[in-house]
Amino acid sequence: MLIRALKSREMILALAIAILIGLIAMQFPGFIAPDNLADAFNDTSPLIILALGQMIVILTRCIDLSVAANLALTGMLVAMINTQFPALPIPVLITIAIAAGTVMGAINGLLTWKLDIPPIVVTLGTMTIYRGLIFLLSEGQWINAHEMSDSFKALPRHEFLSLPLLSWIAIAITLAFIVLVARTPLGRAFYAVGGNPNAAVYAGIDVGRTQFLAFTLCGALAGLTGYLWVSRYAVAYVDIAGGFELDVVAACVIGGISIAGGVGTVIGAFLGAIFLGVIKNALPVIGISPFAQLAISGAAIIIAVAFNARSSRRKGRLILKHEEAVG
Amino acid sequence: MSSQTETNLPTIPDHLKPRWYRLVASWESMLLVVAVVIFIINSFASPYFLDPWNLSDATFNFTEKALIAFAMALLIISGEIDLSVASIIALVSTAIGFAAQLGAGVPMLVVIGITVGLLCGAFNGLLVTGLGLPSIVVTIGTMSLFRGISYMVLGDQAYTDYPAELSYFGQGYVWWVISFELLLFLVTAIIFGVLLHKTSFGRAVTIIGNNATGALFSGIRVGRVKFILFLLTGLMSAIAAICLTSRLGSTRPSIAFGWELEIITIVVLGGVNILGGSGSIAGVFIASFVLGMVTFGFGLLNVPGIVMSIFVGLLLISVIALPRLWTKYSGNK
Repeated sequence: MLIRALKSREMILALAIAILIGLIAMQFPGFIAPDNLADAFNDTSPLIILALGQMIVILTRCIDLSVAANLALTGMLVAMINTQFPALPIPVLITIAIAAGTVMGAINGLLTWKLDIPPIVVTLGTMTIYRGLIFLLSEGQWINAHEMSDSFKALPRHEFLSLPLLSWIAIAITLAFIVLVARTPLGRAFYAVGGNPNAAVYAGIDVGRTQFLAFTLCGALAGLTGYLWVSRYAVAYVDIAGGFELDVVAACVIGGISIAGGVGTVIGAFLGAIFLGVIKNALPVIGISPFAQLAISGAAIIIAVAFNARSSRRKGRLILKHEEAVG
Repeated sequence: MSSQTETNLPTIPDHLKPRWYRLVASWESMLLVVAVVIFIINSFASPYFLDPWNLSDATFNFTEKALIAFAMALLIISGEIDLSVASIIALVSTAIGFAAQLGAGVPMLVVIGITVGLLCGAFNGLLVTGLGLPSIVVTIGTMSLFRGISYMVLGDQAYTDYPAELSYFGQGYVWWVISFELLLFLVTAIIFGVLLHKTSFGRAVTIIGNNATGALFSGIRVGRVKFILFLLTGLMSAIAAICLTSRLGSTRPSIAFGWELEIITIVVLGGVNILGGSGSIAGVFIASFVLGMVTFGFGLLNVPGIVMSIFVGLLLISVIALPRLWTKYSGNK
């Protein structure tokens, strides 16, 4: 039991993160100051939330490339509502953000479920559509900090036990996901659908509907993150979080979520996001140009996928059996 | 990725429909009608549209994307996909720019560009066929990696010093209004048409897309064919990158951003099955005209680029969705 836990992917990843932080701290002791680590965690919180949403989509053998565009569109929407009606209470805005995100996720899910279009094509299309809608909505204008109400900007910064609320939301969602995935029928269904769709049907699980629910949940989280993102950075424009969907997929892949579906844990996705977050925060500290970050994310995806494939190949026979069952 | 849970076996008809009927009812003929309609609408929308030079200019809108779309069509027919093509353009363009800075001549630049493109394609191909990784994830990774390297090299800078002779590829004319790019597009279309429809290699590509395991057991070297297709996609991306760099005369790391979407849209609009197994170069050829003419028409009407991208996204989804809705509700399954 103990040895299995030590050999698990999550443990290896946690060790890798610890070593990474240790190496940085040897050169720059300031990096492990509690304040700095808390800041780094807070920076990573949106990535954690999105990675959890993406994780359940990937578990069901789909992929959602539209999360960043969804985030940007809901963010712009609530920012515009806030500037028009500053008196509107923040909980209403958050509800609107989650609702808008849910609708966008549901659109992805419906196209995948009812029309059987490959998810990669659906979300590649909706990614540009959602991104384009921001332009139509805002006419290309920026919404700046002074146009937003104070309470709109204050919420994610609100401190509780010396951590900002944004961090607490990420922690809460992570805990909720641990329960959802391991302890509810829906959570088990995500694994069943991805692990073997044919067997899932015989077990009485509606594959398309489960994928639809995964997309919807992922959209809802993207919507929530949309509000958090815009209020934290206090600016909304067409290109916010551009290309962030790749970071989200990278976090999942690094965390050991198999792109073939059915394999992965909440802790894995969480640690995958933390790993990227540490790198992102360490780059300016160790003096590497922020322009290198895109290449590092890309390299991390490829290395992680190759590593996953290697570790799963040892069980070659199992894969053959799996092919038999699906084909 | 999508799960086929129910097995609906296709019924085999006892005789084929007549040849003329199949020709008229084909996806390609329908596309041709759409192309003609768009052409007519455009010529009414703007009095300048029908000018030969204007039409020639319009072709620049799609020739570079179409060059890649031909190779992408083969790749998608074989059941794989390459999302990194636009990033290969960025990397190739950066490599050319770097070499031009050091004073390399035009032939050297072309060699360097094509080498970088082939290396990128080989890298994708090796990861997919050598390690057996899914091409979607691999090329999502290389999509950030290749463009990321451009960003590392260039940052917020740009290469703008290119030898004057390089401009021929993107701005030169072979004869009257026939640009070099248009000629290249036509020749490439013929080469790819022959490759896919008239050679054993093309048959192998289609067979792999229909049943990769079956293909392997019939003696087709599946891995090698797929590797060649990734190489070919890298090569075509490099050629497109040389044309684009020559036409713009500058390189920024954000060059050709988002092109993978338009290229895949051209391929799907051309009737290639996104799940692999079927498709024709004629379809892709007409689809590139359709998309190019539509975006050019929007341009004449001063529609901003990002609004056009909404249209491209809608087009991509509806082109796949409509036939499925049709078979679903017309009853003849």
